[in-house]
Parts: sequence; C-alpha cells; structure tokens
Amino acid sequence: MFSYITPCVLLLSIAAYYLGTRRANSIAAASGGMKELHSLPTHYGVFTAICSAAPALIIFALWIFFEDKIISVLVTRSLPADLQQLSANELTLVLNEVKNIAYGGFGAGHSGEAVQAAAKTYNLLSEFASNLVAGLVIVACIVPGCIAYKKITKDLRARNIVETTGMAFLICCSGVAILTTLGIVLSVLFEAIRFFQSVPLTDFIFGLDWSPQTAMRVDQAGSSGAFGAVPVFAGTLLIAVIAMMVAIPIGLLSAIYLSEYASPTFRTWAKPILEILAGIPTVVYGFFAALTVAPLIRDLGSATGFTVSSESALAAGLVMGIMIIPFVSSLSDDVIHAVPQSMRDGSFGLGATHFETIRYVVIPAALPGIVGSILLAVSRAIGETMIVVMAAGLSANLSFNPLSAVTTVTVQIVTLLVGDQEFDSPKTLAAFALGLLLFVFTLLLNVIALRVVRKYREQYE
Amino acid sequence: MELTANHASNAFPTMLSEEMLEEAEQSKTLATARKTVGTPFVDTPRMTCRDIQVFYGDKQAINKMSIDVASNEVLAMIGPSGCGKSTFLRCLNRMNDTVLSCRVTGEVKLDGTDIYHPSVDVVPLRARVGMVFQKPNPFPKSIYDNIAYGPKIHGLTKNKDELDEIIETSLIRAGLWDEVKDRLQDPGTGLSGGQQQRLCIARTIAVSPEVILMDEPCSALDPIATARVEELIAELRTQFSIVIVTHSMQQAARVSQRTAYFHLGDLIEVGATEKVFTNPLHQLTEDYITGRFG
Ligand SMILES: Nc1ncnc2c1ncn2[C@@H]1O[C@H](COP(=O)(O)OP(=O)(O)OP(=O)(O)O)[C@@H](O)[C@H]1O
Ligand SMILES: [Mg+2]
Repeated sequence: MFSYITPCVLLLSIAAYYLGTRRANSIAAASGGMKELHSLPTHYGVFTAICSAAPALIIFALWIFFEDKIISVLVTRSLPADLQQLSANELTLVLNEVKNIAYGGFGAGHSGEAVQAAAKTYNLLSEFASNLVAGLVIVACIVPGCIAYKKITKDLRARNIVETTGMAFLICCSGVAILTTLGIVLSVLFEAIRFFQSVPLTDFIFGLDWSPQTAMRVDQAGSSGAFGAVPVFAGTLLIAVIAMMVAIPIGLLSAIYLSEYASPTFRTWAKPILEILAGIPTVVYGFFAALTVAPLIRDLGSATGFTVSSESALAAGLVMGIMIIPFVSSLSDDVIHAVPQSMRDGSFGLGATHFETIRYVVIPAALPGIVGSILLAVSRAIGETMIVVMAAGLSANLSFNPLSAVTTVTVQIVTLLVGDQEFDSPKTLAAFALGLLLFVFTLLLNVIALRVVRKYREQYE
Repeated sequence: MELTANHASNAFPTMLSEEMLEEAEQSKTLATARKTVGTPFVDTPRMTCRDIQVFYGDKQAINKMSIDVASNEVLAMIGPSGCGKSTFLRCLNRMNDTVLSCRVTGEVKLDGTDIYHPSVDVVPLRARVGMVFQKPNPFPKSIYDNIAYGPKIHGLTKNKDELDEIIETSLIRAGLWDEVKDRLQDPGTGLSGGQQQRLCIARTIAVSPEVILMDEPCSALDPIATARVEELIAELRTQFSIVIVTHSMQQAARVSQRTAYFHLGDLIEVGATEKVFTNPLHQLTEDYITGRFG
C-alpha cells in the first residue's frame, strides 16, 4: 500500500502547488499586478499543496498506527466462542498464529480449522481495509485541495498560513526529539527504581564493593552480590581524566596552531586529516590499546621497576585521549577562527605580541566554544566502552593508580546485560541504575561547566 | 582652470571667511596631474614615508606616496571613501602585516629607523606608534581591563594604585570618566558606539605612544564628546605627533596643522591646513573641499 499511496499524494500535491501558483498568477494579472496579491504566487501554491497533502498524510499515518489493532479486534470477534474464552496471553498466541498463516507462513503446523479460517478473514479484512484507506486518502487529498484552490483570492493571507504551518512542523520535530529523550530517561528511571527496591540507594551510591554476582535460580548457591557503584565510577573518572589530560592540551594547542599560526593552505589540509581520527572505529582503537600500548606500558613499567598489570587504566586512557583529540581540536579551531580579526588588531595595535594576544584576548573570547568542545569530548570519554573493555579490564578495583586494571560504568552495563539474564533480577536492573547515575553525573557536569562559562565568558558582538 | 566666485560660494561654509574666499579667487591655474603637490616634506620629521605602495593581492590600493609627519604636529588626512586613508595609516605601524594578502613596498622611517627593516621588532614599534581603529573594537573584557591591558603587557606599572591612576587619567582625557566611573567592571562591549570609540582612545593613550594614528576617532561622537577628543588631540600634540583620518573638514581645519588629500590611491596634495582649505593647489583638492566631488 505504501508503494502507491505515497507517490500518489506526492504527485497530487505537486499538481496542487502548480495549480495554486497558476491561479494566483492569473488573479494577479486580472487585478493589475503582483503588488495587488497579499502574498507571493508561490505562497499560494504551497498553501494549496499543504491543504491537499496534510489531511491525506494524517489519515494515512493514523491508519498505519491503528491498522494492526483494528484488524486484530475484528479477527478476534470472528473467532469461535471457545477460542474467545481464552486468557489474554493465549489469545495473543492464537492471533500471532493467525497472522503467521495470513502472511503466507505455515504456522505451527497443527493449527485447527478455526485458525485457518481466521487467517482467511484476516487477509480479506486487511485487503479491504487497504483499498478503503487508499480511496479515503486520495479523496482527502483532492477535496481539501480543491477547496483551497477555490479559496485563493488576492486577499487570502497565504504567506501567514504557510509560515505558521512551517513553524508547527518545526515544533512537531523538536517535540519528537524532546519526547524521545524524556521517554528514554523515564524508562531508565522506572527500571532503576525497581532496582532500588531490592538494593538500597545508599548502598548503591556509597558502597565500595562492586561484584554483581547473584544467584540465577532460587536453589542455586551463590553470593548475594554487592552493588556499590563507587569503584565503577572511580574507574570511569580515572580513565576520563587520563584521556582529557591527553586530549585537552594536544587538541587545544593544535587548534591554536591551526587557527592562529598555520597558513590557510596548511589548515585546509591538516584539519580534515585530524578529523579522520574521529572516524576510526573505536574497536580499532581498542585493539591498538590492548595489543600495542598496554604491552608497551607494561614493558616500560617493568624496566623502571613499577608493577603494571597487563590491562591498565593508563593504556585505555591514553588511547581514548588520542581518539577524542579531534573533538577538541576541530571545534576549538572553529571557535578560535570565529573571533573577529578586529579583536586581534586591537591587541596588536597596543603592542601586544602574538602570544599575548592569543592568551589574553583570543582564548577568553573563544572560551565558551572551547569549553563546549571539551564537554563534548568528556561525554565521549565517559561513554566510551570498547577501548576500556579491551585495554582496561573488567575488574572493579577501587583504585586511583593509573597502572592498575579498572573498569568503567559503560563496561559494567555491557557485562551486566550480555548473555542470558533474567530481566527482573537485581543484577540486570543494576545496569539501569548505573545508566541513570551516569546520566545524572554527566548532566551535573554540563550544568557546572555552563555555570563556569557564564561566569568567565567574554562576549564579543 | 579659473576659480569663479560661483564655485567659491559652494565652498566649505563655516571655516572660510570672506577674505579667504577672495584670496582663493586670485589663484592661478590648478594642477591636474596625479603627482603630489604642496609641501609633503618637513624639516624636523618624526616619521618619513617614501614611495609607499600597498597591494591587496594583485590590486594596488596605494600608489607611490611620499610624506613626512613632523614632531608636535597633527596631520589630517582627508579624501573620499575607499581612497586608501586607512590603508596608509596602517602602514605607519605595520598593522598591514596582519592582513595576509597585503604587501607593502617603500620605506617608512620612525626617528630615522626603517620600520620595515627585517631587524626591527614590530611589537615595540606598535607600542610607540599607537592606533585608534576606524571601527571601535573594545575587547570583550571589563572597561577597567580594556584599559589595563596595554599597561599590563608592557609592565608600565608597579602596583595596583599606579594602574588605577593610569586608568583614571586615560578615561578622563578621553572624556569618558564621568560616564563609566561607577561601572568600571561592566563589559566594554556593553557601552554605546560612541562610548566604545572613546574607550578605544583611552586604551591607546594608556600606553603613552609617541605617535598616535587615529582613524576617524569621532565618527560616532556627539559634538560635546568630539570637542573633548579634539581638546585631547591638542593636548597630546604638545609632546607627540598625531595622524588623524577624518571625513569632517571642519574637524581637520580645527585640529590639524597640515592636511593631506588622498584620491583613489594617490596622495594629491599636502600643505598647511589653512592653505589647503583656502587656496588648494590641485584641481581635485579644490573639487573635494568645495563639495563638487562624489
Ligand atoms: N583587507 C583588504 N583586502 C582587500 N582590499 C582591501 C582591504 N582593505 C582595504 N581594501 C581596499 O583598499 C582600498 C582602500 O581602502 P581603505 O580602507 O584604505 O579606504 P579609506 O580611505 O580608509 O576609506 P573610508 O573613508 O571609507 O574608511 C579600497 O578600495 C578597499 O577596497
Ligand atoms: Mg578607512
């Protein structure tokens, strides 16, 4: 059904656009010039097109949304009474069976007459319904289009209508983005609340021991598990800090070099090359960290008398830092470049050196953007999983020693959720709690950073 | 071409008295060639410019200009928009170095030293030859920090009291003190256009430059603030040299000792201000000051 309705509506609205524009033009010609029209002819065209496409698309969307439910209800009604008596769960099973057969599958093989019959009804119903809806959509396309076409006069405020519709569309789009985010946060929140019913919140936030091994079955012998999030967050922080210690200086300094000292040709070449770093899959960084950097650090450590575990926070942090360099450098370069030349001229004109100008004028003026780029990089560092899995290990040690193996929040979420799990054991739900805490944590980080920026920001026009 | 009474009555109204106009009427044939006429050179020059040419890419913006800036004088530069006044001014403290496409040839000397010589360090040069830009460009810092910036980077003060004093005197001399003395910590970019212009003047004089280049410093100022800035210029002249670009011929006549007329990249005429305005030697100058150009 999609295959012909969508092009149909598209063609009809293009025709509506064309006709509306033509009618506006002829009205203009009849009443003495374009100035007489309230809006431009194209506005009338778009107005007609919107009037014809919008109702049709709304009906179509509603149908797609409710098709399954309506047909299911109808099919259930047609089932014999003994099947209708079944419990809701069993009824769903039967319905699935019906659908499978209706879609040309073979069902479970031993399906009864009733189910076969229901499948036929299902097919008939859906065929009838799609024809009905196709007709409806075409009518809903043509009728309002014609009405709109008739309504075109030289005083019709087509521009205002078109612009209001455009704005409404934009609002819908941002609404979708906001609602999705809200939905994700809420679902995580509810799962986390379920987790906190079995593990107290304080134990989770302040507990120093993380070993989420619970008994899978009631009769199984096993530890009851410890869900103290502190070691996991400590590991995340440790690795993020190491990564930022690599990425901020290198990224920022190369941004300053690129935007202030490098020749334009060098800049146009070097920037994309640096940005390639961001395009390398993190799993590649991961085995680079595990196979090259970690052994190197371990060898260096043993040569200088340190004990370094073969998986270390340092290796993961270093490689992660390299990965996020382009986030810092590319964005910072853009904002530094955007500081007006007149600022620099003002400083040079007072006899400041290039370095003083950068230090006291350019960087402060670009600070909000620079902090923004760093925040983005921090979020990447905190959210990064692959490198840590491969190079820093899985053991939750509460340690701030960069040479020891640590683990991070994201890694723990992965290990909690992979494999066969019961979806209501605390072990699985702990993943949601970790996710929620991580979310709150990054949110706080952002709020604090924005506060700091607002305090120190130097705004140029 | 003879100057008729008709033309003269178009002339610049406030500055020229009747006798001056009569004097102008007696003038002889005016020069028309694109060669500098008048007295571009002086006996005691502070800065000397010889055969300056400036190119933006392939486009020539300034064509072989030679002129001196004397000690203790105000040199006014006038001319139609786009004729190269700002470009020339920026040659005098090498601000054109910051424009990538810009190339300067010729010789500019400050107290006998060629400022374009490879051995010359441009940083102290710009501290000696200060500049007020055509567009006000306060730093996005507080009013206080805007002015403190220069003295701080040059280490002109030993303690906060001295710095405060420099800031106060600079603001007073630029005629801005009364308006901002209660809000020195507010951002400089929050000031009005004219206040920003005076802030930039205050910022420039805070480092006590020996030569001050002013590019239309009063373009956004009301008559009172303009009068204050003109007073400042007169006061600064007692010690320093000042080159000022202005579109107001009244202003040029009020503040300057010598006036240079630019025309489409050429330096047309240089002479004592009074003489340029009353008795120009060049046809183009005459057309411009009588308002017949552009
Ligand atoms: N950065 C630049 N790049 C290219 N061309 C430039 C640049 N700056 C100035 N020019 C050109 O050089 C010529 C002289 O410009 P300049 O700014 O010196 O004029 P001006 O006399 O100061 O004019 P105004 O009175 O409007 O300020 C103009 O033709 C201008 O287009
Ligand atoms: Mg200019």
